[in-house]
Amino acid sequence: MRLNKVVITGLGAVSPFGTGMDALMHGLISGRSGVRAMEELSEIAGLRPRIGGKTPECDAASIPRKFRRSMSAMSIFAVLAANEAVAQAGLEPKEIRSAGTGLSVSSTIGSTNALQAFFSNFLDGMSIEGIRSTEFFKIMNHSCAANLTQYFGITGRVMAPSAACSTGAQAIGLAAEAIAMGRQEIMICGGADELHPLTVGTFDIIEAASTGHNDDPQSAPRPFDAGRDGIVCSDGAGMVVLESLESAQRRGAVILAELAGFASTSDPSNMASPSSDAIKACMNAALKDAKAGPEEVDYVNAHATGTVLGDAAESRAIGELFGDATPVSSLKGHLGHTMAASGALELAATVRMMRDEILVPTRNLEVISPDCKGIEHILKLQDKAITFALKNSFALGGINTSIALRRI
Amino acid sequence: MTDVEILELTNKVLAEEFELSPNQMKPEASFREDLELDSLDAVDMVVVLEQTFKIKIKKDEAFKSIRTLGDLHAFILAKKEEMGD
Repeated sequence: MRLNKVVITGLGAVSPFGTGMDALMHGLISGRSGVRAMEELSEIAGLRPRIGGKTPECDAASIPRKFRRSMSAMSIFAVLAANEAVAQAGLEPKEIRSAGTGLSVSSTIGSTNALQAFFSNFLDGMSIEGIRSTEFFKIMNHSCAANLTQYFGITGRVMAPSAACSTGAQAIGLAAEAIAMGRQEIMICGGADELHPLTVGTFDIIEAASTGHNDDPQSAPRPFDAGRDGIVCSDGAGMVVLESLESAQRRGAVILAELAGFASTSDPSNMASPSSDAIKACMNAALKDAKAGPEEVDYVNAHATGTVLGDAAESRAIGELFGDATPVSSLKGHLGHTMAASGALELAATVRMMRDEILVPTRNLEVISPDCKGIEHILKLQDKAITFALKNSFALGGINTSIALRRI
Repeated sequence: MTDVEILELTNKVLAEEFELSPNQMKPEASFREDLELDSLDAVDMVVVLEQTFKIKIKKDEAFKSIRTLGDLHAFILAKKEEMGD
């Protein structure tokens, strides 16, 4: 049951293209790649990938030390992205600190870089001497949420839902439900992650990481392409401001889109291999939540990471639900897979595409794989008015999410 | 190390750790009010000073009564003297 319409009034990004939504959109529209060679990965025994989409240096010093001292990179990314989203929404400090404003943000895991620092010291003589007071605040699972809460002075509901690569989308969807149910008026929400070799190694171990493009980093990942060979890990943060339609109208905020529907469903068939039936069920559930039919959807922003099994399953599900005329693209060919940030970053970019009436193609998609055919792949930048878009995010553990966006 | 060198090193490591400017490092500066350090910073101050001067502070009751940078200077000098440095 929805009591309130939920709208998006602010977007913020820190991505492999740098800080800000404009940097993100410029990179996407100009067809650039955020993937680079990462020499440091070559120092790790057994690790095959040598490429990643690491976010360039950002303005961490703009965050006062009092707040920054407990932040790892992911929280810094999330603060900078949230600052942008909050500024666009025109939220005043008093509104942010009111009980009506909540926060929903998370990452796949607490800071692995901080964990590594802790255990390097701990295992070297089984000692905790010399460990700083704020180290655990970087490691705890709700590190991003806790840090943003302190930074912004949030007094309403704070949630840190963690579901691997669905984290950002799930955090946004659950935030939307809090508003729809009348529990909060405004939610600052999204996802963030920081790159660590553990993430790259995880996908390498399960044979889901790209290993064949180390000499030409920007040619990977290759969503839907016949030559795709897996994920390229990246980092960053995507943040959005959601609020009830009534709140946005009362404040005179510019409404960027309606978050019309959300579904979070699970796929118990396999920990790592997605089923197209479960993906279809998730997209269907999001449309049902939005009280919309498949025929209304004029763009699908796919999860498509560039894995052999995942892209094929998502293509099949999209084809079965929407047929072969609904445009589909994945932004991971530009960005790599920004993990917990991906759902939020790609949703923010989708909202901008709706505003700017353009469709960004799937970078590195040159030869459509036979098992990804039957859907309308976008191969070139297109001018197109999008009224209704669907954003997919799927995760290890079988956690699927879809978010429906309507232009109003 | 002379007393002056000890005080200079104390100021240097605290300024680095807590991002303080040299003109804030006055003996009368209160950690809480003037330098805006809190209880978590006090924990980290102990870590930094222990590592810098190879001394043990953590369970020293005298450390808890320190309020100003001047108090800390006196404490460190006493500690170093106690240890025969």
